[in-house]
Amino acid sequence: MSTSVTDPSSSQKWIAGTLVIAYALITIAPLIWIFMTGFKTPPDSISYPPKVVFEPSLEGYVNLFTTRTRLSEAELQALPAPDNFADEIVRNRGMVIVGPSRFGERFLNSVIIGFGSTFLSIFLGTLAAYAFSRFKIPFTDDLMFFILSTRMMPPIAVAIPIFLMYRELGLSDTHLGMILLYTAVNISLAVWLLKGFIDEIPREYEEAALIDGYTRFQAFYKVVLPQAATGIASTAIFCLIFAWNEYAFAVLLTSGTAQTAPPFIPTIIGIGGLDWPAVAAGATVFLLPVMIFTIMLRKHLLRGITFGAVRK
Amino acid sequence: MAEIVIKNLRKEFGDFTAVQSSSFIIADGEFFMLLGPSGCGKTTTLRMIAGLELPTSGEIWLDGEEVSQLPASKRDIAFVFQMFALYPHMNVRKNISYPLVSQGMSASAVKAKVSEIADILGIQDILDRPVSGLSGGDRQRVALGRAIVRDPKAFMMDEPLGALDAEFRERMAEELRALHDRMGATTVYVTHDQLEAMQMGDKIVVMNHGVVEQFGKPQDIYDKPATMFVADFIGSPPMNFLRFEGAIAAGATQVQVGDQSIDVPGALEPADGKLVLGVRPEHVSFSDDGVYRGRVIATEYLGTTQIITLETSHGEVKARIASDTSMRIGEQVALQFDRSTLTVFDADSGRALRSELNDGEI
Repeated sequence: MSTSVTDPSSSQKWIAGTLVIAYALITIAPLIWIFMTGFKTPPDSISYPPKVVFEPSLEGYVNLFTTRTRLSEAELQALPAPDNFADEIVRNRGMVIVGPSRFGERFLNSVIIGFGSTFLSIFLGTLAAYAFSRFKIPFTDDLMFFILSTRMMPPIAVAIPIFLMYRELGLSDTHLGMILLYTAVNISLAVWLLKGFIDEIPREYEEAALIDGYTRFQAFYKVVLPQAATGIASTAIFCLIFAWNEYAFAVLLTSGTAQTAPPFIPTIIGIGGLDWPAVAAGATVFLLPVMIFTIMLRKHLLRGITFGAVRK
Repeated sequence: MAEIVIKNLRKEFGDFTAVQSSSFIIADGEFFMLLGPSGCGKTTTLRMIAGLELPTSGEIWLDGEEVSQLPASKRDIAFVFQMFALYPHMNVRKNISYPLVSQGMSASAVKAKVSEIADILGIQDILDRPVSGLSGGDRQRVALGRAIVRDPKAFMMDEPLGALDAEFRERMAEELRALHDRMGATTVYVTHDQLEAMQMGDKIVVMNHGVVEQFGKPQDIYDKPATMFVADFIGSPPMNFLRFEGAIAAGATQVQVGDQSIDVPGALEPADGKLVLGVRPEHVSFSDDGVYRGRVIATEYLGTTQIITLETSHGEVKARIASDTSMRIGEQVALQFDRSTLTVFDADSGRALRSELNDGEI
């Protein structure tokens, strides 16, 4: 076996490995707790000491997706036998399902707004980054700095002007309004990240395509875009995570039609207090799309964040 | 296939002038070398011919058509890049067929053409491999395949052998030249390697600081350098320069270097002031009746020949002689210069003075 002075020794590897595992456990513990709470009954979820071993129940998920009403013992007796597991769970609590909850809509809103703004950020960001990377644009540095400067304060600092502006423009509580807002916040990140990636793609590839008889736009989308896929994927993850998790603007600007899941989930109130299993179930379901998206693109992400660290 | 005529071509990048009014003609079917040190404007010239840069002024005639402002995709010129620039997301076959796809050729015709090219280049077996795992030589062949597949009017090559290992370079140089001879395509080839230029080129343009220093056949450029830059850049070791002050009259056959008279080819123009006598190392010989004296300070053994470095009253002189002559360091020797091969330069302008040998033509 060859050893190199820059390779870590086996004890260093052990220490590093232990630290990484410890960090992973610490960060994953709350997620596991939320996941478990989603499958507890409401009494189990608030029992003290906390229950680590418990009998799993789908009550939280049923409560998440339905609205229910309490009936008297006599009324319950008069009903026909429950025809599915959800009815049965609810009746054990002395209630019946009267319809779906609004979670589905809110979740769909999150999907539309999250993916819509991510797509728009990436679309505009890629074009802008390509232009900044390849063309001689007057005041390039100043423009890039200006774009970055839009992120120099927390976006919520301009919440009031945006609130007033949106009300005037009729963008409050609309999908379009939220997509535009999240795109505006994400675009600086997208332009900066993507410019870095596109700068790393040698111009020769486009020149080869020009020589091979393609127009500049064809060279862009047939040669540059596939090369930039890694950068686009990792940028898309960052944009999606921001738009998906954004809470403050969503609380402020949405209520009825365009409300996303983050402001909705904490408001899931059960009978006699917060329905923690339902909240936890909502959080679990809410996590899934970003998780799946990230896992799907994780090869790109790993390559993406180390891209350009070493000049090839 | 086409003749390329370059007229007063000029390129400025902001304040920097990369190419200053260059003119030369590349004949149909010629293997044409653009030679010069880095930053001399050779690559910019090549890119202007290909359409990757637009000239600030001047004309480029390709096959009888003025193309200097046409986009690259409309010129029908192929380009082989130094780092090959194979499309990394495509396999070998797709890379080679890409120029045909843009022309809207049918799938079966593309397949046949790619197969034909793969046969010529001997890369049938790697057609379906991704380009990322290929060796340098195979990448080079794929890049060539992509260039020749659509029978362009001319080939541009930007130091295509620069990225290869030394041993491979030799072989690829031969392959390239053989391919050119077989196809008879006009080829413009950029290199900073004078040996490569001499070895492969039908004609050479030597450039420096954006200016064409000389344009001609390899032998003419070697034997009759138009400027001191060319004399110094071509040849290894380069031409020796003996700097002296003196005068030379039209028709004179001797120059006075220090206190020695040296025979030179008959001068066709007079000059005086600071002059330079240029002599190639292989035209220096040791002879007891030599008029010029020097002391051996170093010897370099090169197999069949050796390079002897001598200290003389006009600076260092290198001589290339057969390696069976034994020379000792410190030895005093008499030198003789082969009269018919000498060139006299004007030291200030660097220009060769016209003589019976050297007409001083650029």
